[in-house]
Amino acid sequence: MLKIKNLHVKINENDKEVIKGLNLTIPDGEVHVIMGPNGTGKSTLSQTIMGSPKYRITNGDIIFNHTKLNDLATDERARLGLFIGMQYPTEISGVKNVDFIHAAMNAIKPDNQKVSVLEFMQRLDTVMDFLDITEDYTNRYLNEGFSGGEKKRNEILQMMMIQPKLAILDEIDSGLDIDALKVVSKGINEMRDNNFSSLIITHYDRILKYVRPDVVHVMMDGRVVTSGDYHLAEQLEAGGYANLRDLLGIDAKLVDD
Amino acid sequence: MIIIDDSIKNLNDNYQYGFKDNFNPLYSTGDGLNEDIIREISAHKNEPEWMLKIRLKAFKIYKKLPMPDFGPDLSDLDLNKIRYFQRASDHVSRNWDDVPDQIKNTFEKIGVPEAERKYLAGAEAQYESEAVYANIKKEFKEMGIIFSDTDTALREHPDLVKKHFGKLVTPQMNKFAALNTAVWSGGVFLYVPKGVHAKIPIQAFFRINAGRTGQFERTLIIVDEDASVNYVEGCTAPNYSEDSLHAANVEVFVKKNAFCRYTTIQNWSDNVYSLETKRASADENGTMEWVDGNLGSKVTMKYPSIDLNGPHATGTMLSIAFASNNIYQDTGCIMRHHAPHTSSNVVSKSICKSGGICNYRGTIRMNKEAHYSKSHIECDTIIMDDDSASDTIPHNEINNGDSEVEHEAKVSKISETDLYYLMSRGLSESEATKMIIMGFIEPFSNQLPMEYAVELNKLIDYQMEDSVG
Ligand SMILES: Nc1ncnc2c1ncn2[C@@H]1O[C@H](COP(=O)(O)OP(=O)(O)OP(=O)(O)O)[C@@H](O)[C@H]1O
Ligand SMILES: [Mg+2]
Repeated sequence: MLKIKNLHVKINENDKEVIKGLNLTIPDGEVHVIMGPNGTGKSTLSQTIMGSPKYRITNGDIIFNHTKLNDLATDERARLGLFIGMQYPTEISGVKNVDFIHAAMNAIKPDNQKVSVLEFMQRLDTVMDFLDITEDYTNRYLNEGFSGGEKKRNEILQMMMIQPKLAILDEIDSGLDIDALKVVSKGINEMRDNNFSSLIITHYDRILKYVRPDVVHVMMDGRVVTSGDYHLAEQLEAGGYANLRDLLGIDAKLVDD
Repeated sequence: MIIIDDSIKNLNDNYQYGFKDNFNPLYSTGDGLNEDIIREISAHKNEPEWMLKIRLKAFKIYKKLPMPDFGPDLSDLDLNKIRYFQRASDHVSRNWDDVPDQIKNTFEKIGVPEAERKYLAGAEAQYESEAVYANIKKEFKEMGIIFSDTDTALREHPDLVKKHFGKLVTPQMNKFAALNTAVWSGGVFLYVPKGVHAKIPIQAFFRINAGRTGQFERTLIIVDEDASVNYVEGCTAPNYSEDSLHAANVEVFVKKNAFCRYTTIQNWSDNVYSLETKRASADENGTMEWVDGNLGSKVTMKYPSIDLNGPHATGTMLSIAFASNNIYQDTGCIMRHHAPHTSSNVVSKSICKSGGICNYRGTIRMNKEAHYSKSHIECDTIIMDDDSASDTIPHNEINNGDSEVEHEAKVSKISETDLYYLMSRGLSESEATKMIIMGFIEPFSNQLPMEYAVELNKLIDYQMEDSVG
């Protein structure tokens, strides 16, 4: 599904290299997790996969289902089946959540498969029920004034409506209460099948109790330094990053050092 | 003696209405206009003597007043080439085939009903809805509402007209207000009697029969005590006109406890100078709202104003301006607080692209007596490319110690972060841009009657296409 080879990424604004030779492969139907200290480049990686104009690839390739993404525009990547649940979803005033989601669903569909208003509303109802989302919030402006948890839930709602092939979920679990965490996990699990993969970025192993990952990667200083199964997450939770770094004998600087 | 309207003067510090010592009569009446023409207009309409006097006096003032020396360049406007008087029937001089394709395309794109197109393009005098018209007339008559063109009102209700005509928009306000007073023709007269709440049942009727704007139309609206009206004029469809100057005057009187919302959407063809003077007054506890959209023209200069004359009177100005392809929109508003506990609220949204210019130019004046009054002004502009420009020119004057004026202004480009978010869901750059622009003007479009909002969205959609498509 996704193959990243020797990726180097710089921030356009200050020309700083953040991703420094990263390799990552996510096979079809698998859920992978990336954990890593603050400022290590996890969000940069996910935004780069989506094609954010804030970053540029200086070396390496991102391949998605045999298509090289490096030079594709963000919307083209989305239309290939890529989705990103952002760490900080953008608030857009005046654009109604429902209108946006409907437009987004249709944007990735060919002309002869557009979803009618009626079909859309029915599907929306079902998914909102599933995610315990109250009616009024889809009629609000896109993410405007949404609480942190509501924004995350809205990202999951969009994911389930759009039905992407690969969902990158950047700290989708941060700031969620227990119930919301369960709901979000339920959403991800509902999506799981042979044609859907996910890359979950998280700081805590609690979401992994609900969404069992196939692989856990640890990222430090712009690289994946080790990978394993979900026990790796538990190990991290117990011992912390400095401990792991020293265990692996890696030369990486952490923010807290 | 010419009385200078201070608040207009203050639109620009250098700008002085009234006489200038070195005033150079660049615009002599010449071929275009003279006293005889004005007498002819008045005689043709069988007007009472007092109206002729008003016209002649205004004409004298017109000749003495200078052109505005702020904002857009008006030097291409040849006042000698203007036809100053046309009867209503003269407007229909155009063949449908002569209407530019661009205008026809826009009708098509925004879905203007077939029946209205010819009318809007000036190729048909009467919109075929006489039956509807008759019904509404009857309904209005039963409620005591007077609704007619201003010429008819002058014949049928001379006292009512005389009492209000020119009491708000005086010829001294500016050169084009004076010109309109001298040569006005047509426009709408609307009187809503005490305690009557006028609902407008069919927007299309207003849109067509009242919306067809003459070159020098004169609109007079009186909303009597405890009455209310929601009046809509104009339309989002381009108003094709061969006349290069449109100088309308609009006066609205909102009496005690009354309410008036005056919604205008104008989309003149790109040869038109739209220089309007609109002024309203609100008495005690009255509410006046201007909802004003300006989309086309070559140059628009328009600063609707409200005099808050009675305690607890409220004034609102909600506007959008859209300037593309070298259009110059210089718009804003004037709020004059004359009484205690009055409040005003201004929301101005503008978008400029492809060389368009949008300025907000406004004055808030709190007089000495306007204790505990409040005003809030919010100006938001999106500049879509480097060829376009925008300026916010506010002027606040507070002459007492207990009133407040708040001003917020924001000029931005389409946010890259917003675009990225929408595009990450598969919307193309142009779809995402349109969506952001529609969202930006949503506070305006959600105040419009449904048909207008739908059309406005389509129109902006269409106009955006050439920039991002
Ligand atoms: N647009 C930007 N402008 C400037 N610096 C940036 C930008 N984006 C990222 N950075 C910097 O790049 C580094 C990596 O940031 P990134 O957001 O990818 O970290 P992260 O691993 O997601 O951290 P966290 O766990 O705190 O979310 C940080 O030092 C950050 O300050
Ligand atoms: Mg992050």
